[in-house]
Amino acid sequence: MISDYAWVIPALPALSAVLIMLFGKHMKGKGAEFGIAALGIAFLLSVFVAVEVFSANVQAVADLEEALHSEEGGGGEEGETEGALRPGQSVFDGVMVATTGLDGLRLAAEGEAIEIPEGISSFVNDDSVSLGTLGEGFELEAGQRVDGLAAMMFLLVTFVSLMVHIYSVGYMAGEPRYTYYFNLLSLFTMSMLLMVIANNMLQLLVGWELVGVCSFLLIGFYWEGRSNQSAAQKAFLTTKFGDIGLMVGVVSLWAQFGTFNIAQIIDDATHGLQAGGQTLDNGWLTFGLISLFIGAIGKSAQFPLQTWLPDAMAGPTPVSALIHAATMVTAGIFLVARIYPVYQQSQAALNVIAIIGVITLFAMGFLALVQDDIKRVLAYSTVSQLGYMVAALAFSYTAGIFHLFTHGFFKALLFLASGSVIHAVHSNNMEDMGGLRKYMPATFWTWIIGTLALAAVFPLAGFWSKDEVLAGAFTNGGYTGTVVWILGGLGGFITAFYMARATTMTFFGDFRGHSGHSTDGSVGTPHESPRSMKWPLIILAVPATLIGLINLPFERFHPTGFSAWTMFSLEYFEGHPAEFVVPLAIGSTLAALLGLALGYLMYRRYREPARDPFNNMGLATTVLQRKYFLDDLYSGVIMHTIRDRISPAIYWMNDNVIDRFVYLAGSSTRALGGGLYRVVDQKGIDGFVNGAGSGASWTGGLIKFAQSGNVQFYAGAMFIGVFVFAVLFAAAA
Amino acid sequence: MQAVFPLFFGALLFCTGIYGVLARRNAVLVLMSVEMMLAAVTVNLVTFGSMAVGAGDLILTGQIFALFVIAIGAAEVGVGLAIILLLYRNRATVNIDDADLMKY
Amino acid sequence: MFWSDWAITLTLFTPLLGALAIALIPKRSEHAALPVALVVSVLGFLLSLGILAGYDFGASGLQYEVNIPWIEAVGANYHIGIDGISLPLFVLSYLLTFLCSVYAYHHIEEPGNPKAFLALMLLLQTGMAGTFIAFDLILFFVFWELVLVPMYFMIGVWGGPRREYAAVKFFLYTLFGSVFMLVAFLALRFTAGTFDMIELTQMGQAGALGLTFQRLAFLGVFLGFAIKVPMWPFHTWLPDAHTEAPTIGSVLLAGILLKMGTYGFVRIAIPILPDAAMDYAPIIAILSVIAIIYGALCCMAQTDLKRLIAFSSVGHMGFVMLGIATLTPVGINAAIFGMIAHGVITGMLFFVVGSLKERYHTRDMATIGGGVLQTMPKMAAIFTFVSIASLGLPGLAGFPGEFAALLSAFRPAPGLADDGFLTLYRVLMVLAAFGTVLTAGYFLYMLQRVNMGSAPKRWLNAGLADVSVIEWGTWLPLLAMTLLLGVLPFLVWNITTPDVTTLLSYFTG
Repeated sequence: MISDYAWVIPALPALSAVLIMLFGKHMKGKGAEFGIAALGIAFLLSVFVAVEVFSANVQAVADLEEALHSEEGGGGEEGETEGALRPGQSVFDGVMVATTGLDGLRLAAEGEAIEIPEGISSFVNDDSVSLGTLGEGFELEAGQRVDGLAAMMFLLVTFVSLMVHIYSVGYMAGEPRYTYYFNLLSLFTMSMLLMVIANNMLQLLVGWELVGVCSFLLIGFYWEGRSNQSAAQKAFLTTKFGDIGLMVGVVSLWAQFGTFNIAQIIDDATHGLQAGGQTLDNGWLTFGLISLFIGAIGKSAQFPLQTWLPDAMAGPTPVSALIHAATMVTAGIFLVARIYPVYQQSQAALNVIAIIGVITLFAMGFLALVQDDIKRVLAYSTVSQLGYMVAALAFSYTAGIFHLFTHGFFKALLFLASGSVIHAVHSNNMEDMGGLRKYMPATFWTWIIGTLALAAVFPLAGFWSKDEVLAGAFTNGGYTGTVVWILGGLGGFITAFYMARATTMTFFGDFRGHSGHSTDGSVGTPHESPRSMKWPLIILAVPATLIGLINLPFERFHPTGFSAWTMFSLEYFEGHPAEFVVPLAIGSTLAALLGLALGYLMYRRYREPARDPFNNMGLATTVLQRKYFLDDLYSGVIMHTIRDRISPAIYWMNDNVIDRFVYLAGSSTRALGGGLYRVVDQKGIDGFVNGAGSGASWTGGLIKFAQSGNVQFYAGAMFIGVFVFAVLFAAAA
Repeated sequence: MQAVFPLFFGALLFCTGIYGVLARRNAVLVLMSVEMMLAAVTVNLVTFGSMAVGAGDLILTGQIFALFVIAIGAAEVGVGLAIILLLYRNRATVNIDDADLMKY
Repeated sequence: MFWSDWAITLTLFTPLLGALAIALIPKRSEHAALPVALVVSVLGFLLSLGILAGYDFGASGLQYEVNIPWIEAVGANYHIGIDGISLPLFVLSYLLTFLCSVYAYHHIEEPGNPKAFLALMLLLQTGMAGTFIAFDLILFFVFWELVLVPMYFMIGVWGGPRREYAAVKFFLYTLFGSVFMLVAFLALRFTAGTFDMIELTQMGQAGALGLTFQRLAFLGVFLGFAIKVPMWPFHTWLPDAHTEAPTIGSVLLAGILLKMGTYGFVRIAIPILPDAAMDYAPIIAILSVIAIIYGALCCMAQTDLKRLIAFSSVGHMGFVMLGIATLTPVGINAAIFGMIAHGVITGMLFFVVGSLKERYHTRDMATIGGGVLQTMPKMAAIFTFVSIASLGLPGLAGFPGEFAALLSAFRPAPGLADDGFLTLYRVLMVLAAFGTVLTAGYFLYMLQRVNMGSAPKRWLNAGLADVSVIEWGTWLPLLAMTLLLGVLPFLVWNITTPDVTTLLSYFTG
């Protein structure tokens, strides 16, 4: 089975990273060829793996259906009861999976759980090499878990990465740190795939952190500029802040289930067990899951930690396409999807996810309205789309990852197209653009495809996935789902509007050029980009257009489409994730078209930012331009307080309290010694010694007069003495 | 014979000697006074020696001791006179008040 | 068996003999000291590798054990041996000394005089290695104190402008602690009747020592070890000593000397006085987490590069002590790994910072003014790599110890949980995890100020030489180890686990 060799997929970019580091500078293509070759092979391998996994999953569904049919057929009460299957009807027709508390597949008609026969299961190739164990379930594994989700991610990551590699050959040409750039790209792809392939939480965490540091290095790729440095730091620290949650979550799950192994965690959690066979403590589980999700909030730029992503646009544009649109930022969604059945055990955690997702998708779209940097517009749309994915996960696994999948293609396309524009005009600022449709047709048309896909216009990729999200929320999300549906629909309108604004400002009207926002001081002459940049755009435009068709929400395409391919397992197979509600679809398409039209009409005659209506809304403009003041809070208040207030204060305390204490202990000991010496030693002890001497001398001075030198005096004394003794003796006798 | 007479005599002689030693300033006279004291002691020795009564034997310890004292006294006078002579040669006086070299 | 009886003794005293040999070199050919020191340290390192090769990894307990009477009047024995806890630190000390003797070819601080410097370095090596293999309290104490003298002179003679102050502070502060430690040792001797650490451990675990006695004795050894680690708030000697010490002194100080304190906790304080350890563990854990956050905050306020790295040691040793304070096998394993990783990474950081200082003639980040990536790209790349390793990136050596320490803090020893400290430990774990963010913060801030940006003009034309051949030779082994230990932490853990498990059987079951 080819999936046994899925570990080669991350190994290839790892190999290319090493090769680039060792030989890159001396190669003809300066190392780019290693990366492209490795990713090319990896992509092919991903396709093979995907074919194997997807077809096995489809087969499993067919097997199940057959088994259920034969069971129904053998039963005695068929035909009469309401829920029985008609001949030829699929068990999955109208199958709706309850959103939470899954206890297996249900038939929508009667809500009865279907027992899945032995021997039929979805495809999972779970294999690992143990690197050692510390006991207590602390086992370090290098493992692979290849299932529908992983196979889908392989496809997405390797494909987009390959496109970005090829594109970068043209985009980064002439860059002095060209080889270093490709080295980082390979390293990033390796890390991302390492995370995707993980079969245990620890490996996932490792990959997660590694993509973070690659992201840091790539955002700070142009490290000469101060704002780029800050952006890189901000990205790393913000996501790292979220990683506290991830780390606590991983540890908490380990403490609860006694293992890092994802399969085992899922198995135990769905059976309501935890380590040692005890009953699952749902409170702790919720704690762990929400902690994990905090990690996802950081990485996937969800409210309130989204502020780093727009700043991350300081990196080279292909990097923005790969890391900050298509792959790394979806890590949070991937994380939740990876252990989706565990999340299903905690409605509280799912509610948190829904709330965060809906805030993000709705609030962040508005920020794109006041941006004049083309990449920042796209960045905010990415944040908003990530919000859709997160919100979708609260209701449906398939909807979430389907939107992830399609979004990866069309957003990468949009970023690469914007890169093509930037490459031509030497500026990110839309003030410097305008009328580019005449100069760069290929870029223009691919951009239009991306825009329409993002705005969810029928029948492009974004339409199908966003429809699935909204319909899923509407039909089985209850109250929260309705909120998501309403705000999501409005968000769709806003998305369409700001994309139309960006498109119009960039490609329509006349070329404005010279407003002094240039990246390198020169003004570019608009021209179509080189082939190595054009072709990835064109190739990416294909999936951006068509990829939605793999998951058409019509019964005749089920159960063989995307939802079967990427199902988590048969128990969690959403035969038909969301009904295709025609009025809803028409409504959202109309909203999108309305937004597009309005945007075009409003910005058709765009001249200067001062006359942009969104720059003239008073307080609202301020709020939007200050990004809801979150940046002020983080950079201005929190960062500033910690770095410029608390740290110096603590350090002052260190030097002036703790160290002063030590110093005082030392100097007071010295002072004490001095005092001892002067008072006790010199005056006391030595004084006593000296006193003994001087006392003797004083006494001697008194009695020296006996020493008269006069013999007769001595003799007299002697006689007196003898006389006294004689008297005494006489008395005694 | 009553022992009291020679003993009284010895005491008189001794006191005269003491007076001489303490009161006279002439070194020669002091030396003579010392000799008088020795003589007093000798008298006492002989007196007590004659009083001692042994078990039929004659005990002459006191008398013999007296002979020793006389002999040593003679030697002492010799040495003493030599010292005084040297003192006189150095100081041209034999007044012992002047010989206070050992004063503090 | 000659080898098993003599291996440690031979390895231990090779540097001492080398120091004597160097002392005999006449003053006028003092540069001959360099090759002599190199040969001796290579020999020592090879011998330690020989010990490693002959070590039975599956077994617990002492290997290469020698136990002969030494000072019979006080009952002290020459009891040495090596087990899984000692072995990694023992080998690491030889590796670092070897690398330092290579680095000495590159640079020795004013006033030069390689003869005296290298002799002191080798003497230091004997003291460090001896501490890790002594199994008699008096022998341990002798080696422990032996370390002070050469380090005192290294700082006091070859140090920076405030060297006398720093050297005296280092010496007195450490000595202050060791006096209490000695008193505790003597108390153990008079209570338990032996200086032998193995026997004492057995007695301690059998409950032969009373709780009150344990508490008092623990306070004594705690003071000695905590100052050496250094734990908050006994850390203030460290920044001064590190800042003023010559590069090699800093490397050995951070790489090995600090580990003597944590090693003392693992080897003496906890196994011999387990009940007291249980009592004091929450306090130690709290102090450790304070150290983590406090160290990180102090780092952010630094302008002096070396002082910054010194303060980062406070935080990293906080993680080590947090692992120890959980009293679990995972925690102690984490601590030992943390010690090794910190030795490798921070040793490496001091090498780089020392080399930067040697070229820029300043440790002040504002004077360097950024742009090292421009002036010395390779140096800057190494600096970035090591900093990222130090902030605990997975896949590099800083991570496994840190993560395992956090993990163990989430589930401390059953006894601690039974005493109601579970919540405390979990809160501490979250705070420590927050500390990792602060750690990342100050390292990135440092990289921004030193590495990134455009280099000031005066440095661009100053002819700053990038990493020299000798420096590569010194650093490559450490860089390789940083990567290797990060990917395969069980290279260390497979050695330590059997002994750690035995050592902690008192707490686990």
